[in-house]
Amino acid sequence: MTATDLPRNAGLPFDPAVVEAVRVNTPATLRRAGTLPARRSVKKDWQAAWLARAVSMIDLTTLSGDDTPGRVRRLCAKALQPVRPDLLEAIGLPGLTTGAVCVYHEMVPVAVDAVQGKLPVAAVSTGFPAGLSPLPLRLREIEESVAAGATEIDIVISRRHVLTGDWQALYDETRAMREACGPAHMKAILATGELGPLKNVMKASMVTMMAGSDFIKTSTGKEAVNATLPVSLTMMRAIRAYEAASDFKVGYKPAGGVSKAKDAISYLALLKEELGDRWLRPDLFRFGASSLLGDIERQLEHHVTGRYSAAHRHPAG
Amino acid sequence: MTVAEIFESMDWGPAPESRAEADAWLDRHDRAFGHVIDGKRLKPGETFDTVNPATGEVLARVTQGTEADVAKAVKAARKAAKGWAAASDHDRARVLYAIARGLQKHSRLFAVLETLDTGKPIREARDIDVALAARHFYHHAGHAELRAEVMPGAEPWGVCGQIVPWNFPLLMLAWKVAPALAMGNTVVLKPAEWTPLTALAFADVCESAGVPEGVVNIVTGDGATGAALVKAEIDKLAFTGSTEVGRILRRETAGRAMGLTLELGGKSPYIVFEDADIDSAVEGLVDAIWFNGGQVCCAGSRLLVQEGIADDFHDRLKARIAKIRVGDPLDKAVDMGAMVHAEHRDNVLAMLGKTSGTITQGTCPEGCFLPPTLVTDVHGADPLMAEEVFGPVLVSTTFRTPSEAVQLANDTRYGLAASVWSQDLDVALDTAPKIRAGVVWVNGTNMLDAAAPFGGMKESGFGREGGIAGLSAYVRPAAGATLKPVKTPENEQIVQNEIDRTAKMYIGGKQARPDGGYSRRVTGPKGVVGEVGIANRKDLRNAVEAANGAKGWSRTTGHLRAQILYYLAENLAARAEEFDARLAAQTGGKGEAAEAVRHLFRWAAWADKHDGRTLGVPMGGLALALNTPLGVIGAFASEETPLVAMAHVIGAALATGNRLVLVAPERAPLTATDLYQVIETSDVPAGVLNILTGDHAELAAQMAGHMDVDAVWSFSSADLSKVIETEAAGDLKRTWVNDGRGRDWSAADAAPFLAAGTEVQTIWVPFGT
Repeated sequence: MTATDLPRNAGLPFDPAVVEAVRVNTPATLRRAGTLPARRSVKKDWQAAWLARAVSMIDLTTLSGDDTPGRVRRLCAKALQPVRPDLLEAIGLPGLTTGAVCVYHEMVPVAVDAVQGKLPVAAVSTGFPAGLSPLPLRLREIEESVAAGATEIDIVISRRHVLTGDWQALYDETRAMREACGPAHMKAILATGELGPLKNVMKASMVTMMAGSDFIKTSTGKEAVNATLPVSLTMMRAIRAYEAASDFKVGYKPAGGVSKAKDAISYLALLKEELGDRWLRPDLFRFGASSLLGDIERQLEHHVTGRYSAAHRHPAG
Repeated sequence: MTVAEIFESMDWGPAPESRAEADAWLDRHDRAFGHVIDGKRLKPGETFDTVNPATGEVLARVTQGTEADVAKAVKAARKAAKGWAAASDHDRARVLYAIARGLQKHSRLFAVLETLDTGKPIREARDIDVALAARHFYHHAGHAELRAEVMPGAEPWGVCGQIVPWNFPLLMLAWKVAPALAMGNTVVLKPAEWTPLTALAFADVCESAGVPEGVVNIVTGDGATGAALVKAEIDKLAFTGSTEVGRILRRETAGRAMGLTLELGGKSPYIVFEDADIDSAVEGLVDAIWFNGGQVCCAGSRLLVQEGIADDFHDRLKARIAKIRVGDPLDKAVDMGAMVHAEHRDNVLAMLGKTSGTITQGTCPEGCFLPPTLVTDVHGADPLMAEEVFGPVLVSTTFRTPSEAVQLANDTRYGLAASVWSQDLDVALDTAPKIRAGVVWVNGTNMLDAAAPFGGMKESGFGREGGIAGLSAYVRPAAGATLKPVKTPENEQIVQNEIDRTAKMYIGGKQARPDGGYSRRVTGPKGVVGEVGIANRKDLRNAVEAANGAKGWSRTTGHLRAQILYYLAENLAARAEEFDARLAAQTGGKGEAAEAVRHLFRWAAWADKHDGRTLGVPMGGLALALNTPLGVIGAFASEETPLVAMAHVIGAALATGNRLVLVAPERAPLTATDLYQVIETSDVPAGVLNILTGDHAELAAQMAGHMDVDAVWSFSSADLSKVIETEAAGDLKRTWVNDGRGRDWSAADAAPFLAAGTEVQTIWVPFGT
């Protein structure tokens, strides 16, 4: 588990008024998200530092049907040494690692063994990615993942509860999952690409936070549309509203769809603007990504050498 | 700072845009500029400095235009006018297209120059000013190509004087030059004293785009140069700037039979309902009032927030203000740059010093900068509630209900723009058109596009820029023959003496004796045929009050207005013989009733057909151009074909949803007073149509000076144009005067009446899920 000085989100009793009060204007949200990358940019040393910060907040992920222990060990090695040592040396950040590794339940023991306590292992549990297996089995899966050494559990919500407006059911289910997590931190995957309008994203965010989620996360990576800036803006605003109501800071994890260093900067800029500097730490922000790291490595080499880089100059993850 | 330190602090760093190209361009011109006249860059004359407000450095020396310089430019424009007007639409279109391409090709140079000269952030200059300027020329290249199809019979004014402000130097140039050129005019443009550089760089683009010599002339200088341009032999003047200067220009141009469009100040309301997306509305304010440091005529400077959410809204707004970055305008990640000039910064500070409200501010560097500023706890009488600050100062107050929001929004002399934030379709779409402002953004702010008409109501000026509505500002209206003053026959013989009857005024649906208690004889060719009252200023006041009491007419349906106009026509037709006889007795002219009936029918037909448009703007959602009534029109009737002309004017004013105070023809006043019974039997609501008899010349100044009259039309044979246009400057009311020329009243020419009877309100409704 990532070190944190923050109290865990204890949740709030379900309050339908919070859901009813949600208002999201889509064009204005798109406009804000669309103009932000042009309003904020970082150059030179600042860019390198921000990219290194992005690396430190990546949940380096493999979630494929063909995952094997060997593949997972390679991923873990990459997570512990995400960027070539000479480059890290050059920018003065020799010990940089990713935020965590993220794997399927079956791969948790291998990952725990591979990272040797140096990194948190996150497991996607609860019938990932559709979340349609029986609830008792989903809860049991969480318990097994925690027992296997996962300190972070990425759960998937039942999209049908959002799409039918059954917020109480969403709350109850999420609450039960949070209890099943015990000490492990819970990231609630909303699968925003399947929720329809942004107001549903915000409502689902509010309900899963009330139910005690430590993080809210956009996507499984398997939906047709994964993390986007407008969705992120909406979820960040929900996090801000929840903090105002509860005093708890909830983390945010965009997942899938963030594969370019430039995009990562935009997400961090949005985060800094909307939620503030405190969120720019691994205990409150993660990128769920697999290919983002490669692009950042190339950008960092360019920063150090002044020459554009190539993928094969960096170890595969 | 090291990378490792930044890794911990996660601060913003510098993100500077290079100014090398702009400096090289300035150096190529030895940092000294003359005017651009007749396609040539002249040698610098007596110069003044143009300064980068962010640093105080002198960027270049620019020539102070003299009267002789202006005259030379106007002469060049005059010489070029004929050829340019005679060029084919396609040829003009190609030139405009080439200008658009040229602006795009050199977009970064223009953006950096604009930022250096104005202090605005490079992001805005790059993504908004230059991008929209290029878009304006592309759009108007299209209008040039389609001129004959879209504006059949349109004739250019000729030489247009154009004076643009310092807040959007290149964009306002584009708004002025593009439509002028598209309609076949030539121009003399005076950029603002503080920000002349992009206009001077624009001359390069004109040259490579193949703009013929003399078609675009640029004369730099201060207000004195502008004054010289206003006094010069120009055909049309277009001005963007302050309301105070606008008033002066209205007076200066009065009676000169010139075209005039004014885009002036504002104190635009920004209304947030309790069911708004509050975070988006807060974010919108950043673009509404802190865009270009609030130095924006349409800035959303007056926040009206529903009382129940006011505290929450202000808290979130203050948190947002703390995040706004003010600093080096060339930094790509800065939200607000420098104020345009130290003098202007001091003006803003002086205005801020006048408020009794509570001030919350962000931070900004030393120098010509100001922080984002919010003023709360302000009362209606606070100067900041009424006066345009033109700086990063937002005042906030609360309302309780939608109707109170509309009332507060309209409680201003200005009427340029407004924003309405609500997620409730009923509330948003009901509120938007009730605000008397030329542009209303629903759930948005400061959306601008070449296809969307932009311009003010009330004291924010008149005329539109953008879209088809903007083209008419550059088209010369048709004019008829010169009118002769009325001659009253001197024949004291009383020819009609049934019962002694003196016609009264018709005010608020009732006949009213003249306040002054005076009347005069009406004399026809065969002698005296009756008497009419002489209206004085109090009668006029009463008539205007009655017209203002009939606001419901402007909200009623076109269908209902048509029914009443048909009814008027029917009732007039029933008494056609009587009207024809009376007219003959007064003027000796032949009967006009049949044609008057035809005109009323035509206007009844128009009542539900003067449709607005949906605009082809690059946005998801709808942008609408609505034709909205002006309100109360005061009109001086024509002596030529008096009954036909009255039918035309009454029909046009009422069909477009206006209420009318009509001053009867002097020669045939009884024809007007005979209408009373027709009106009374036609269900015209009280106050919608009021008729006064009296002396045109005496009433003209009163009518044009009345602050509750929205427009004055004159078709009088008396020479009223100058006095009306002069007096109208007081509240910048719309005027439509004949400049002593007649018109063909038999013609079926609705267009000028439709245009004069309405003003375009552009409503932006972005939507999406």
